[in-house]
Amino acid sequence: MMFAAASLGILVTMALALARAFLGPTVYDRILAVNAFGTKTVLLVAVFGFLTERPDFLDIALLYALINFVSTIAVLKFFEYRDLGHPGQEPGES
Amino acid sequence: MSAVAVLLDILSWALLMAGAAFSLVGGIGLLRLPDLFTRMHGAGLIDTLGAGLILIGLMLQGGASLVTVKLILILLFIFFTSPTATHALAKAALHGGLKPLLEQREDKPSKS
Repeated sequence: MMFAAASLGILVTMALALARAFLGPTVYDRILAVNAFGTKTVLLVAVFGFLTERPDFLDIALLYALINFVSTIAVLKFFEYRDLGHPGQEPGES
Repeated sequence: MSAVAVLLDILSWALLMAGAAFSLVGGIGLLRLPDLFTRMHGAGLIDTLGAGLILIGLMLQGGASLVTVKLILILLFIFFTSPTATHALAKAALHGGLKPLLEQREDKPSKS
């Protein structure tokens, strides 16, 4: 019962984050919302594993947290430099 | 059901509900705050207290087992990556020309 209530709260939060991802207005708002959505997905997978009494789902949650972080950084780098192979900030550039 | 199990259940309820409440507040902030840099504050609430309280509540249900170890790993991972991602986001937004929304100071000389 407590897991159902917690997953309901998480689902509502996911809907709010998704609304922000659709509304924008800048690309950074969307990235922020998708990152928050990913964090909530990790929590939802963990809580859902307890809800169905199969906590093996936690491996998936751990992996999802990893992929969420890497994809956020990759998307941010792409939108900052328009190139994933960009070496980053040159010395002397402010 | 022993008294300790009941106590753990009640504590777990409280932590899970508090985590869900913090998540909801963070989600509302994500939707309603005025610009990106304030919205990051709402997302930070989801990543720290929302995730932390829910995962600690699940740890109490998991007991001393591999499940708890995995939950601690998830918690540690979120605690390390979420500030990193937020920092990278703020840097990219500033680099992309987005300025924080600042209120005009009232102590400027007026045009009268």
